[in-house]
Amino acid sequence: MEILMSILIGFLFMAAVYLILSRSLLRIIIGTGLLSHGTHLLLLTMGGLGGKSAPVLADGITDYADPLPQALILTAIVISFGVTAFSLVLAYRAYKVVGTDNMDLMKGNEDND
Amino acid sequence: MNNLIVLPLIIPIMVGIILVFLRPYVKLQRAISLITMIGIAVVSIFTLNRIQTDGIIRLDFAGWQPPFGILFVADSFAMLLVLTASIVTAICLIHAFSSIGERHEKMYFYPFVLFLVAGVNGSFLTGDLFNLFVCFEVMLLASYVLITLGGTKPQLRESIKYVVINILASWFFLVALAYLYGTVGTLNMAHISERVAEAGQGPLLTTISILFLIVFSLKAGLLLFFWLPGSYSVPPTAVAALFGALLTKVGIYALFRTFTLIFYHDPLISQTLIGIMAGITLIVGCIGAIAFKDVRLIVSYNVVIAVGFILIGLAVGTETSIAGSIYYIIHDMIAKAMLFLLAGTMIYLTGKSKIDEMSGLIRNYPLFGWMFFLVTCSLAGIPPLSGFVGKILVGQGAIESGSYVLLTLAFLSSIVVLYSLLRIFLNTIFGETIISLEDEKPMKMGMIIPIVLLGIATISLGLGAEFLSGYVADAAHTLSNPSVYIDAVMGGDK
Repeated sequence: MEILMSILIGFLFMAAVYLILSRSLLRIIIGTGLLSHGTHLLLLTMGGLGGKSAPVLADGITDYADPLPQALILTAIVISFGVTAFSLVLAYRAYKVVGTDNMDLMKGNEDND
Repeated sequence: MNNLIVLPLIIPIMVGIILVFLRPYVKLQRAISLITMIGIAVVSIFTLNRIQTDGIIRLDFAGWQPPFGILFVADSFAMLLVLTASIVTAICLIHAFSSIGERHEKMYFYPFVLFLVAGVNGSFLTGDLFNLFVCFEVMLLASYVLITLGGTKPQLRESIKYVVINILASWFFLVALAYLYGTVGTLNMAHISERVAEAGQGPLLTTISILFLIVFSLKAGLLLFFWLPGSYSVPPTAVAALFGALLTKVGIYALFRTFTLIFYHDPLISQTLIGIMAGITLIVGCIGAIAFKDVRLIVSYNVVIAVGFILIGLAVGTETSIAGSIYYIIHDMIAKAMLFLLAGTMIYLTGKSKIDEMSGLIRNYPLFGWMFFLVTCSLAGIPPLSGFVGKILVGQGAIESGSYVLLTLAFLSSIVVLYSLLRIFLNTIFGETIISLEDEKPMKMGMIIPIVLLGIATISLGLGAEFLSGYVADAAHTLSNPSVYIDAVMGGDK
């Protein structure tokens, strides 16, 4: 299971890097979204998969899941949601004001201000 | 009474939320936000003095004993930075009152400044690595809004780069956290330090430490500063001053904390690698500071130079040099805020930003001109101004440990700083007056007063270095002896 997860995480990271390196603003934002998913899965995997029951103290339960990665991922998902929403709005405004979504044309120098 | 140390985080957040509802009442917002910042400064002075008598203070949220719960830890280093940050923010707010414009003020400018401060203070105070990530995000989200607020073309163009690079750095932070959690199984900084010391810093932990180094370097502008000059030169003056003073310092703080408390076992990373990165940062920052003619870019590259200088203190790694770095961080927060305010005010007064388009401002605005001279001297490290003490201590530490290359680079950079700022001074402040008395824009009192206040701060920090030395020595002692911090956190209730 861990190996399967690792492959999935690697695939997500690969796709994210490919998208972030492209010129279109929207692709870059989707790339950061994929990167965040990969990171969340990595957190889950590194915390250790397995654990048959919920992390609630009860008699006779010894094999329980680690609750900490789940709490961390929950926090990180909220943050990634907020950040992605913000960057989408920013991309839209930038597209309207600057007039392009091509990062190559957004270098900003004296002729191109 | 330990609840005191959560106030620098909780007050700005609460007040910020209240200010959202007070949107139409601009004057009320101004008053409340200024009082809040002064209040935090008072609280941090009080806490700082308590740390001197009672030792490091910690607050376990909801009573969960470390290492199980999230906690705040206030040592002298953190509290000194919180104190300076709140003073500088208060002064930048005074400048914003007259410079930012009502359009910004009605678009939640003050709440976001307070959220930014909350994130900054939280990052300084937290004792939990994941909590550090969360506080970073609070700070960054507020900074994303502040940098784009106004929505002009250059702002949007540069802020996209700023936002994307910071999002990337944040997710890499989380990747590093995941690996660290998988390796040592804890997130409490003191507990991580204990476990790393027990297990020894093997190849795996070294790799993780490099990941952390990359993440914090991106935030601090150490070597990976390519995003910094562009994005720090576009926002309104008061915001740029806040960014220049506070944001990189949080990254620097994180570097100091992780590489003195957790990953201090391998000198190849914590000293050699950081030393090389700091050296290159200094060189490239110096080239940038000389190369450009735009005042905003010159002062932004000065931020980069300061980052390199402060990190040399960490790379040298003796208690003296770390004390020097702490002095220099405090000095740099004040002086960089002053420099950014001066540069922004200069652009406001003349309407130009290139140094060869301005001239002879000293005849129109004498006090303004001399303030610029003061900050130039202060940043170059001329006694008795505040930059001197930090520079001499870092230099002394470098000599003690025999790091002569870093020593040379550090002191050569001071000359370049002096040159780059004198170039602005001679071109714009001295020279022939080209603005006639009829054409000159009147200097607003609200713009010159904060600059003078920061000028007084840099003089008194220089003259009062002796007064501060007790606190700084304690901070440096805690940083160079991780066991002090660990005992305070893991040692149970006092």
